[in-house]
Amino acid sequence: MQAPDAKAIQVTDLTVAYRETPVLWDIDLDVPPGVLLAIVGPNGAGKTTLIKAILGLVRPAAGNILIYNKPYDAQRRIVGYVPQRGSVDWDFPTSVLDVVMMGRYGALGWIKRPGKQERELAMNALERVGMEKYTNRQISQLSGGQQQRVFLARALVQDATVYLMDEPFQGVDATTERAIVTLLQELRENGKTVVVVHHDLQTVTDYFDWVTLLNIRRIASGPVDETFTPENLRETYGGRIAFMKNR
Amino acid sequence: MIPEDLDILTLLIAIVTASACALPGVFLVLRRMTLMSDAISHAILPGIVLAFFLTHSVSSPLLILAATATGVLTVIFVELLQKTKLVKEDAAIGLTFPALFSIGVILISQYTSNIHLDMDAVLLGKLEFASFNKLEMFGYSWGPVSLYVMGGMFLLNLAFILIFYKELKLVTFDASLAATLGFAPALIHYGLMTLVSMTTVGAFDAVGSILVVALIAGPAATAYLMTDSLARMLILSVIIGCVNAVVGYLLAVPFDVPIAGPIATVTFLVFGLAFMVVPNRGLIAIARRHIHQKWEFAQTMLVIHLLNHEGLPEAQAESEIAHLHEHLRWEPTFATRVVKHALNNRYVSQQATQLMLTERGRTIAQQTLVQ
Repeated sequence: MQAPDAKAIQVTDLTVAYRETPVLWDIDLDVPPGVLLAIVGPNGAGKTTLIKAILGLVRPAAGNILIYNKPYDAQRRIVGYVPQRGSVDWDFPTSVLDVVMMGRYGALGWIKRPGKQERELAMNALERVGMEKYTNRQISQLSGGQQQRVFLARALVQDATVYLMDEPFQGVDATTERAIVTLLQELRENGKTVVVVHHDLQTVTDYFDWVTLLNIRRIASGPVDETFTPENLRETYGGRIAFMKNR
Repeated sequence: MIPEDLDILTLLIAIVTASACALPGVFLVLRRMTLMSDAISHAILPGIVLAFFLTHSVSSPLLILAATATGVLTVIFVELLQKTKLVKEDAAIGLTFPALFSIGVILISQYTSNIHLDMDAVLLGKLEFASFNKLEMFGYSWGPVSLYVMGGMFLLNLAFILIFYKELKLVTFDASLAATLGFAPALIHYGLMTLVSMTTVGAFDAVGSILVVALIAGPAATAYLMTDSLARMLILSVIIGCVNAVVGYLLAVPFDVPIAGPIATVTFLVFGLAFMVVPNRGLIAIARRHIHQKWEFAQTMLVIHLLNHEGLPEAQAESEIAHLHEHLRWEPTFATRVVKHALNNRYVSQQATQLMLTERGRTIAQQTLVQ
């Protein structure tokens, strides 16, 4: 379907500004297919904004973004999105299964209702994230880790080729973190491209094979063993990386 | 015979108006936008007055159109103000609607002082007269205009929600996912706001600008307490709206007050009742759970205390029933009651003057400590 040398995501000269304050300056970023990539950088580095720009949720001031050589609008079906857990109201009156089925809404299109097939896909996804026992649970009764798993299941049912996840490890328990990592690596093994906004520098080398260092500018991007160097980190974080002594 | 007949029509208008308002109210409550309905219901006044100048009729379709447009404009104004990030949403609402409403008030008092469009009707509506305004066509009288307008609004709202149920749910729960999937959240948002404006304009005639908010927000907020399903919340909201309308109406007749008042009062009382008594999240349920937790926790403390000293030299002193309250620094009466609960639950057994852990009590203590 795609040319073999096609980039999963290709960002060129992307600048995003809120009013006149730039949040991202002239970002170039190539994400090859089939990598598990962490976007790291300090608070306010523009990590979430970068993801949102790729998804067309914020309008760039300049630059271009392609997903497998086409703009996002043409590639919606192959992109799965996991927003920050805190971005929705978990008191919304709905069940776990219902939220997961929302991942199929894009494939369904306008007006058409989810049916038996969507229900089965959602059940499968819930099993993959170990949440099959919570199918009919009201979402306000979930723990943080469980909420995150539900969000992941919702992205899984999209059956996307490229996944963009905003801090999926934020505030989850250790069991959930391990489950998520296993799942992400499984996705990569199935040829999916997974881009994750990540906060914990300690786990970058263990979890990911590619990394993008971001601080309003793109500092570096590439395979973890070449890119995740003390020099690059210092450039990204300034002097505040003393805790990285194990590298 | 005739007054009785009229009463039933008035009641019907109240029920249909309440049902029509209760539907979009659900989405306003879930989107935390009930204040927006307040803003719309006030801000449509200049639209109504201006259209009235043009048509000299209070029931022309142009009036509904103009007022709806003003309502949507209000939403746009509020959002534009908010987008500047210089003003927060609540302040933006607080700035916008009084400005528009006051323009309407000035227009009315300056130019329409002799015409049938007075401030009482604007604020409180005139439900008691709504049934007099009959639809006349082909030489026949077809019943009150309000009944058709609000019946139509109810069906329109129902159709919109049935057709776009999935989209409304998604946009309300997670607008950014909706956007990435290609469901234009802005389109759904303004569709909903247009319906809210139209419903408000229709209901304005019957219940006025203040009480229409009660009809929109009250039933939905009550239903929100009662269910965990959006579909059930919509159905409950309509049922509660109808009950409020009927009870309010029945109260209005003996007390001879404007009908809209009792309806709004009942709306609040029904909400208060639900607030108290709904299972799991009502105040009474919460209080009962607190009490239950207090005793459960005390019993857990007791079994952990016994476990910690079990088999140790001081165990005998620590498990003496008469001295427990000293060791745990509890009130003696409290300690006695906790021991009684724990004995009833077979967490502990009494041997002579001492408490001994049962297998069950030991398991609970151990599980609690492991967590």
